[in-house]
Amino acid sequence: MGDVVSILMSGLFSAAILFLVAAGLQLVFGVMKIFNLAVGSFYALGAFFGATLVNWAVGEGLPQPLFFFGLLIAGILLGVIGPVIERLLRPIYDRDEAFQLLLTFAIVLMLEDITMMIWGSQPRSTGSLYLVYGTVNLLGATVPVYNLFVIAAAGTIAVGIGLLLSRTAFGRVLRAAADKREMVQSLGVNTRRLYVIVFSLGVVLSTIGGALVIPVTATMSEMGVELIVEAFAVVVIGGLGSMRGALVGALVVGYVTTLSINYYPPIEMLVIYLVVIVVLVIKPRGLFGGETA
Amino acid sequence: MSTPTERTTGSTEVKHPDGKGIGLWLKLALVLLGIVLLALLPQVLSRYYIILMMPFFAYSIALLGLNLLFGYTGLISFGHALFIGVGAYSAAFLMRDGGLEYMEPLILLSLLGAVIVAVPVGLLAVRYIGIYFGLLTLAFGMLFYSFLLKFYSITSGDQGIRVEKPILLGFIDTTGIDYLTGPFYYYCLGLLVVMALVMWRIVKSPFGLTLRCVRDNSVKAESLGIGVYRYRFYAFLISAIYGGVAGVILAVSVGQVDPTMSYWTSSGNLVFMTLLGGFTSFFGPIVGAGAFILLQDQVMSLWEYWRLVFGAILALIVIFAPSGLMGLLTMGWKKVVR
Repeated sequence: MGDVVSILMSGLFSAAILFLVAAGLQLVFGVMKIFNLAVGSFYALGAFFGATLVNWAVGEGLPQPLFFFGLLIAGILLGVIGPVIERLLRPIYDRDEAFQLLLTFAIVLMLEDITMMIWGSQPRSTGSLYLVYGTVNLLGATVPVYNLFVIAAAGTIAVGIGLLLSRTAFGRVLRAAADKREMVQSLGVNTRRLYVIVFSLGVVLSTIGGALVIPVTATMSEMGVELIVEAFAVVVIGGLGSMRGALVGALVVGYVTTLSINYYPPIEMLVIYLVVIVVLVIKPRGLFGGETA
Repeated sequence: MSTPTERTTGSTEVKHPDGKGIGLWLKLALVLLGIVLLALLPQVLSRYYIILMMPFFAYSIALLGLNLLFGYTGLISFGHALFIGVGAYSAAFLMRDGGLEYMEPLILLSLLGAVIVAVPVGLLAVRYIGIYFGLLTLAFGMLFYSFLLKFYSITSGDQGIRVEKPILLGFIDTTGIDYLTGPFYYYCLGLLVVMALVMWRIVKSPFGLTLRCVRDNSVKAESLGIGVYRYRFYAFLISAIYGGVAGVILAVSVGQVDPTMSYWTSSGNLVFMTLLGGFTSFFGPIVGAGAFILLQDQVMSLWEYWRLVFGAILALIVIFAPSGLMGLLTMGWKKVVR
């Protein structure tokens, strides 16, 4: 029983992180129709900046148990790069998808090296910080409380996005803009500002994902380009542009990864891509494709 | 959101390759000049630059194929490094496990390997266009990458496999001469010329015209009785063959194959080269491959953060000069002539 719970929980943890990054991808794709390859780089930025900020704060004597919030703040602060990158993307909104994809690839190349310039290639970690919350025993499995925090945070954010999209005036405008940008614009909505907000929100979701993952692992120079392919699997399985799709896709990829790591590690990525291909063949637009944001 | 299969590429400001630019004779003269220059390079340049240029032939051949897909058929593949990987690993396996020593059967068999992989991948992928085609090809590329990385007993994982120097034309081996900068260089040049000629015939044929028709208006093409999927599939297959041949050359030039050859960023770089040279021109990809390699060498020797520079260059091209270097050159030429 302990093993089963342990696998369930670690699958849920990876799904939580994947969901945050994929949600950033989906939000931007849903509204702006741009598939942003750079979310992986945002995730890496979140991880590096999160580790630095938290280590600094703890060094300055801040109480250790507050570090979880430090990570969240790190992710939110990185939202400032949103408007900058959105400005760079602006000239190509009406262009061929191939060019949009390539421009985000250019951003990947740049952000990879900028991250290296700032933090170097040494792995960063927050040491044993994540153990300050201790562990709990769930039906025979030992689970770090920190992991539960992350799962809860991702769940809260998921519900928050759901409510934002379905219940608020801003959400209605977003969904309308996703469907018909020109119409919304002619009704007096400042879509230019809307895009800045949406893109920055997407950045923040991905950077929070990166910041929250760092206590349980360490930063690596290739973590961004590696994550983008997983996040990509999530959104393709779930359906491009759909938030519910991001949630379901993250659970699928999270559990496939965890199960294969537990039973036969070599097939981890192989299985993910097989699932992607099977889904694309059977339901080309993903499980929840066609829904807007 | 429009449906994935019926979305047209609809780029109005970018002219696709139509062969109408500078005059045909001038073009022919330039091409001959290019070949002569390439043939003279080993006499002029230092060994370092010749070795540096070796992957140029491989990338040029791969990009000729990729641009049949991208420029002429309007499909953007973010997984084309898959076929370079298939070609390279086929060659490595054939030499390591099959004991094959001759270049020509290596090329033919690796090409066959690329076809075997391309048929199922292509049958699935050509049903989609735009972003979905890009993502599906990316998925297949990564599938192959993870196979290479994780199945250590077959592929040696991230260590890769050493590649020997095969015998050319049945009698040229490595004894007593500088193989890479000598015979192999000219072998690659010859191969590039032949493959470029074949591609030229392909894009100028009715088949090539049909591909462009499919690219520009797939609905109309369909109503004219053209099997849109079938033509896209053929284009995919041809581009895969070019990728496979390129893989063999790359493997021999580098002397080593490793999984990063088919990582998704390698595929991204291939598209980058195509765009850098200019996808609207037949020779653009070749120019792009050369420019990319030289630029990479220069920037890397000056600053370790070459990806930052390249990212900025790519962004500038995408935003301001989507028809690449060749586009800029043709524009400049037209101004001079006028």
